Amino acid sequence: MHLSLDTQQINQCREYAKKVVAPMMTDLASYSTVTVERTVLRLLGIDGINRFDVPYPNVIIDHLKATGMLEKGAAFAMAHALNDTQLSPQAIAEAVDEGTLDLSRYKTANQPDMTRLLEAFTSIKKRIDQQTALRRSQRQHPRDKAVPDKYVIVATGDIYEDIEQAVSAVENGADIIAVIRTTGQSLLDFVPHGATREGFGGTTATRENFRLMRAALDEAGKRHGRYVQLVNYASGLCMPEIAALGALERLDMMLNDSLYGIIFRDINMQRTLIDQYFSRVLSAYADIIINTGEDNYLTTSDAYEHAHTVIASQFINEQFALKAGMPSRLMGLGHAYEIDPARPDSFILEFAQAQLSRQLFPNAPLKYMPPTKHMKGDIFMGSVQNALFNMVAVMTHQDIHLLGMMTEAIHTPFMSDRALALDNAAYVARATASFSEAFDIKPNGPVEQRAQHVLKEALDLLQVIAEEGLFTTLEKGRFAGIGRGRTQGKGLDGVFRKDSLYTNPVLEHLQDALKEGLR
Amino acid sequence: MKPIPKAIRPYGDTLHDGKVQISFSLPMPSDAHGEAAAKAVAQSMRLVDVAVVEQRSLGKDYSFYVVYGTLTETVDPSTLKVVDHGEKAMRKTDVEAFINEHFQAPLVFIGASTGTDAHTVGIDAIMNMKGIAGHYGLERYEGIEAINLGSQIDNEVLLEKALEVNADVILISQTVTQKDMHIRNLTAFVELLEAEGVRDRFLVIIGGPRINHALAKELGFDAGFGPGKFAFDVASFAVKALAERGVKTR
Repeated sequence: MHLSLDTQQINQCREYAKKVVAPMMTDLASYSTVTVERTVLRLLGIDGINRFDVPYPNVIIDHLKATGMLEKGAAFAMAHALNDTQLSPQAIAEAVDEGTLDLSRYKTANQPDMTRLLEAFTSIKKRIDQQTALRRSQRQHPRDKAVPDKYVIVATGDIYEDIEQAVSAVENGADIIAVIRTTGQSLLDFVPHGATREGFGGTTATRENFRLMRAALDEAGKRHGRYVQLVNYASGLCMPEIAALGALERLDMMLNDSLYGIIFRDINMQRTLIDQYFSRVLSAYADIIINTGEDNYLTTSDAYEHAHTVIASQFINEQFALKAGMPSRLMGLGHAYEIDPARPDSFILEFAQAQLSRQLFPNAPLKYMPPTKHMKGDIFMGSVQNALFNMVAVMTHQDIHLLGMMTEAIHTPFMSDRALALDNAAYVARATASFSEAFDIKPNGPVEQRAQHVLKEALDLLQVIAEEGLFTTLEKGRFAGIGRGRTQGKGLDGVFRKDSLYTNPVLEHLQDALKEGLR
Repeated sequence: MKPIPKAIRPYGDTLHDGKVQISFSLPMPSDAHGEAAAKAVAQSMRLVDVAVVEQRSLGKDYSFYVVYGTLTETVDPSTLKVVDHGEKAMRKTDVEAFINEHFQAPLVFIGASTGTDAHTVGIDAIMNMKGIAGHYGLERYEGIEAINLGSQIDNEVLLEKALEVNADVILISQTVTQKDMHIRNLTAFVELLEAEGVRDRFLVIIGGPRINHALAKELGFDAGFGPGKFAFDVASFAVKALAERGVKTR
């Protein structure tokens, strides 16, 4: 089963996307952010909260900011302190918190020796390496499986209740569990701490919650003879910190889009683009599959008219990921089944779009999202819509199959909603597994024509974006019809220009490891 | 029109047979005991002739049931007090003509999905150009200036913006809710309006899959629109109410 596509157009799409992304990264290379620096501290082993519930990484960064030291980077002051005091990074953080250590004493110091700092990083990195090795030995990569991995969400707000729901989902056939975050979290400029039992529309992402769910899924997976993958959100104002915690606690996938936060959460674009870079370097190093969020465009824009914006964005996300040293096998590029069911041939059109994504990104584990926009209260019709979506997912070999809930738009899923969705997907996968071997796409038929049309439109859009620049594109609201200004949005006050003595040996080490193919 | 009936039961395939279907999960394994419990649950709803037609495991400690039963009670619809939006809604062109005829300046509608709700599907369906299911959104209405703030907007921010743009109508969407959080959030907005002494300054309308007009009135809003309602329903109600209040009228 194969669409005939113009290879030259595909190459041009990639060339334009490259042109879109390259100047962004050059433009932003001289900046860093507070969460990037907090990530460095976390990767030195600094964890926990002080008596006012402020995470220690925030304590240090706030201290450096207040004393005019932040521009040199967290590693600069920490390396000096480590060399000077012989304390551990955690002990230094606590001393700063208590006021017994003032890092501004290194304000006029020269570039420090990094040996001790790199020692601290190496011991933390060892844990990431162990987790990565464990995953490699136990998980079959989604791209290597015959049918898509079935992905469901839990979202009770209480991590212990989430575990009940997740284990039930595993027992009913789920391959991937995502813990939806409490909705306000993307706008918090710190990562909360500890196990949490209250959230709204989701559960707080904390290191302890990651650990608890990981342990529960490992245990349930063992009982059922398969490795169950865990997902959370490296997005919002703490993108790279969450990526680091995910790497440490063996999450397998991370929602991580280069543009989503800008468009849908009004997070400043400079902040997002800097943060997504570090978080992708980390995920690439830790072999974590990212999931991008193109599907969200279609919840706002019309899925038929704006199908090409999804393809264009996939090409852009691909280039941002490549810049961060990420191989295609980790790029869970997103798209969705969102065409209005009232439109004639909606299934044909969705099929064309899914097959197009499949062929444009043959090595990427594609993330395919279910109908949401046109789901109403009619749960019975909703089940049918989900079945058609499931058919496209299986027939076009999508990899990360986010199951639709028949109660979409009514409430966060009940346990039974999830089980019925898993049955639906499993039945469709069983029934249509060899579809692509049984059928060919009719040359120049409606599927091929639609795919070619969308590809051409994506190419035209990418050309426009390459010419006007990504910042202008975002200002004009070409994605999802939402415009954002360069200096608008949340988190801009956490972006700073690097001093000439700025140093980030942690990032450099990860970049080198990726370059040398050590992963 | 047929008169409203005085005694009805749910209809399966014979008048007054009282047939209903329900489904639910129980926190116990799917076995004979589970089935008995499911039956008892249905009987506790005063169903008779209860049949558990399907049961399945949701894992070792949970189970799911599909149950049919017969309701013997009758209800009398003619005695029910029904709150609706009044007369039939005007279509887009009629709304536009109405605005042109009655008002001297464009009417400003500001809308948002408030609180922690990240879903814009409802507010977009009503406000954005495109609308939904072939019914254009308010942005496309002549005589209406529509400002859609998007999702996760705090009540305070919504009010601040509404004052800033001198809005005539505030639209609030609540799509997905958990443990009735949307009620608390909506109540908080009304309280905020009252605390700021601006409740009468705006027409405030809420919408979403769990919203209806009666609930809206109960919570202190001017109107509520549930599933199957479109921009013209909202616009039609709003322009008539504004005309009645004499806001910006000629």
